[in-house]
Amino acid sequence: MSDDVIITPIIGLEIHVELATATKMFCRCANRFGDEPNTHVCPVCLGLPGALPVMNAAAVELAMTVALALDCTVPDFTKWDRKGYYYPDLPKNYQISQYDLPLGARGRLAVPVTGDDGVVTTKTVRVKRAHLEEDAGKNIHDRGAGTGVDLNRAGVPLLEIVSEPDMNGVAELLAYARAMQRLVRWLGASEANMQMGQMRFEPNINLNIESGGRTYKTPIVEVKNLNSFRALERTCAFEIQRQTAEWRKDPEGFSLETLGKQNRGYDDAGEKTVFQREKEEAHDYRYFPDPDLVPVTISDDWRETVGGTIGELPLARRQRFCDAYGLAPAEADALTQDAATGDLLDAAVATGAEPKRCVNLLLGRGAAMANERDCAIGALGVTGVALGALAQMIDAGEVNATAGEKIFAALADGDADSPRQIAERDGLLAVRDSGQLAAWVDAAIAANPQAVADATGDGKKQKKAFGFLMGQVMQKSRGAAQPSEVQKLLSEKLS
Amino acid sequence: MPETIDEQRVRRIGTLSRIALSDAEVATFSRQLGDILAHFDKLQELDTDNVEPMAHAVELTNVLADDTPGESLSREQALSNAPAHDDDLFAVPKLIGDSQ
Amino acid sequence: MTDALDMTATQLRDAIAAGDVSAGEATRACLDAIERTDGQLACFNEVYADRATQQADRIDQRLAAGESVGALGGVPVAVKDNMCTAYGRTTCASRMLAEFRAPYTATAVTKLEAAGAVILGKTNMDEFAMGSSTEHSAVAPTRNPWDTSRVPGGSSGGSAAAVASRQCPAALGSDTGGSIRQPAALCGVVGFKPTYGRVSRYGLVAFGSSLDQIGPVTRDVRDAALLSAVIAGHDPHDSTSIDRPVPDYAADVHTPVEPLRIGMPREWFTDALDGEIAAALRRAAKTYERHGAELVHVSLPHSRIDVADDGALSSYAVSCYYIVCMAEASSNLARYDGVQYGHRTDQAGGDIVEMLCRSRAEGFGEEVKRRVMLGTYTLSAGYYDAYYNKALKVRRLIARDFQQAFERCDVLLCPATPSVAFELGSKTDDPMAMYLQDIYTNSLNLAGLPGLSLPIALSDSGLPIGMQLIGPALGEQTVLRAARMYETISDAADHKPSVTAS
Repeated sequence: MSDDVIITPIIGLEIHVELATATKMFCRCANRFGDEPNTHVCPVCLGLPGALPVMNAAAVELAMTVALALDCTVPDFTKWDRKGYYYPDLPKNYQISQYDLPLGARGRLAVPVTGDDGVVTTKTVRVKRAHLEEDAGKNIHDRGAGTGVDLNRAGVPLLEIVSEPDMNGVAELLAYARAMQRLVRWLGASEANMQMGQMRFEPNINLNIESGGRTYKTPIVEVKNLNSFRALERTCAFEIQRQTAEWRKDPEGFSLETLGKQNRGYDDAGEKTVFQREKEEAHDYRYFPDPDLVPVTISDDWRETVGGTIGELPLARRQRFCDAYGLAPAEADALTQDAATGDLLDAAVATGAEPKRCVNLLLGRGAAMANERDCAIGALGVTGVALGALAQMIDAGEVNATAGEKIFAALADGDADSPRQIAERDGLLAVRDSGQLAAWVDAAIAANPQAVADATGDGKKQKKAFGFLMGQVMQKSRGAAQPSEVQKLLSEKLS
Repeated sequence: MPETIDEQRVRRIGTLSRIALSDAEVATFSRQLGDILAHFDKLQELDTDNVEPMAHAVELTNVLADDTPGESLSREQALSNAPAHDDDLFAVPKLIGDSQ
Repeated sequence: MTDALDMTATQLRDAIAAGDVSAGEATRACLDAIERTDGQLACFNEVYADRATQQADRIDQRLAAGESVGALGGVPVAVKDNMCTAYGRTTCASRMLAEFRAPYTATAVTKLEAAGAVILGKTNMDEFAMGSSTEHSAVAPTRNPWDTSRVPGGSSGGSAAAVASRQCPAALGSDTGGSIRQPAALCGVVGFKPTYGRVSRYGLVAFGSSLDQIGPVTRDVRDAALLSAVIAGHDPHDSTSIDRPVPDYAADVHTPVEPLRIGMPREWFTDALDGEIAAALRRAAKTYERHGAELVHVSLPHSRIDVADDGALSSYAVSCYYIVCMAEASSNLARYDGVQYGHRTDQAGGDIVEMLCRSRAEGFGEEVKRRVMLGTYTLSAGYYDAYYNKALKVRRLIARDFQQAFERCDVLLCPATPSVAFELGSKTDDPMAMYLQDIYTNSLNLAGLPGLSLPIALSDSGLPIGMQLIGPALGEQTVLRAARMYETISDAADHKPSVTAS
């Protein structure tokens, strides 16, 4: 019966991103996660009587940076409003936010989405608005009978990025969320660490269903406060299933028209969402312009100065790496997860090195070490000049690939010497002295008569035996022989 | 004649304002608030179609502070006025979740 | 030490500097005066006797060491109980903050102390500055020293009554819709509200944030200039504070404004005004005219006062003002929930919402509840445009009226209050009648302008009548000089109230 039913999920996402400023949005308390509770607080962020907010310039500029990178219109005039609601983690019982004149509006983010078939396509998600507001503190529930309140986080600058409901499935949703995380990190606007609550999600989900020549819309469900990609994924997958099932049970009753919007909470343990009842006045936020803060006007100059710091964005860089450096899409992807790694590659290539050779080092030893250290490849401490020099030495046959990896590792471990100095110091330079090479080859032949016999025969063992003899020569050279030279000489001697 | 606003509405405003009201207060406020709101309605006599709202008494813009850390209070100071606290947190009756 | 009590702040400062009286003596005289008279008047919520004495003695030591001790060296000053100090309590005369001890000091108070003032204590007020009689104090109603059956005005009633009764030479008040000027007028002293943003609001407990302004209450205009010069100036902690140099108001306060064009708003000289007050103001205007000032008629159409058939008054400005200040107050007072500070009920079981509702019900007085609820209502869904946004538009019309008026004159001369001091209890059951006390004072708060009230006469019943002078934005000097001019050319000075410490 369901043959003619076409179900399209309609998903929008609000993302809260804590900005990486040194201080809070309206006071000069440190913006720092994980310290002892209630140690980064002052009259302003405690909401004490008489205290007044003063806007942090860096928060405005970081928010502008993200808005501009999202192609948002950043208006000439923006202001601050109070959003009223009562909660113990909100000291003033209003949140300073932006209501009708957000810092950014009508932008977009192009997102690479990998389909089930492995093919990568680009989806453009429209950004409705991006506005600046202050974070609340944290309620701590695992303290006996009551709830405890820690206000270290109260007043931390928060950028809320609201998408249009442009995502039509879990894959697109996750790709968008990950692309946003990459973007804000790329811009240095946020560390966007999920565990630290620096990035939080509120998806809204419903279904558009075509069936029997009719269009049905299920109620829009909003789920607040999701703190991981996994929770985001499970929430949406669950909602799509649940709403599909509900609709099948009652196609007329389970509709947006009848039920409107609903709030559901994510149940982490059960990996499902549960209905949340809301008080009647819950959404009466009584917004009005904050009389304690003056508006911000943004000149073309200011916009251009901030815009000028943005530079190349991930997708553009990815494309350039493929086009200009001839990289495979997967390689380009791996090198554009953060800004520093691509910057390093560009700097190395600028010294005249072959891109491919640099990429091999970065995605070989580099990726392994970055993984061990849980950092970006570009943050290992290798400079573009050193990487470029090393790649050129390998290309020139001055060191072989194995020695190259050793030198890369030494550089990443903080070795202050240049690649050439390291190679010389550690005896890693390729030996091209044909007399020395010949001596090692002769010694290997003399010491392994059986292998020589196998290698000169035409049996199955021929290739393996030749390889074994190669290895013996390389070992004698302690890795410094150039394999192509060894191969040439060995072939000559054995023929 | 002064208007009144009905008691149910007064109770709703009380809830929205987080003020518990006695029945006597509800009755008094229902009369008084209506009277005052009638005065407020006087503004409807004025044509303000092309007038910009004036939220501030002086027109200042772009008052921004440098992102340089300053002094915070000690935790003892922060908690010193709290009606209830434990070693390091403000204490309130049990509730669920954060506001965001 | 009655001599010291009769001195103005300027005289006292000079006498201390000259060694005629010590700062310690002056402070002890005030403390003694408070001790003797405050049982009748209830001007002070808290007196910092020990701290003030030590502060004064330190001033004397510094003087003895030949140091300069500042523009207010050794002068005892009281501050309204809505200005935070890192010592003592800051209660806003509310049960909600009865035990609140601020961990920081308001910028204006810091500036007073830096100029050598001795802080005597905190003065009584209408709770959270909401009121015009100081009857809405959770502590006690302050009494008018001219007639203790009457109110001193409000909300800075404690400051005005303390200065009038010679408990201290000067005090700070705060003015949201007339809260300095109206009690000054009813108590026969000088009250000055500078331009919005001229004095930092940092540490002033907020009532209506876009209207609130700190200013001095003194016994003459020279002192108003002196204290204004001390407390004014840019403060990086207040985003709405004006970053312009502060002229030395005290230095040129004696220079007459010549030529002086005085505007008289025709909408405020109508039958709605008490006849005795109108007559006194006209006499004052004539006095100016005799001394060379030019009187011009100006118009403030959106501050017009309408009288209904039944005699009830109404005005766009009053409606506009109360919508704006109540909306802001409803938000500013949302923070009093008994979580980080303030009163918490012991009547709520385990429920957080009940805890909030009961704490606020117990902590707030009736007038505060009324305003918070009205403010909440006017901002709530479906009403914002009809009330709050409409009021912000009317606010601009009111401000434009003043701008246009100041194209034709230097200052406006007008009433400060619709009547002289009224009996305690006579308006407490009729909130709207109380709100109408602000009818001549609150439009300039909406426009952000400076305004000063000074005593010009006594009524037949022996109660002070005040005159209000209003200047253009940042026109403090003009207002102070014009007011000082009147003090010099008139003979109204030197009446003393019946309750006086000297």
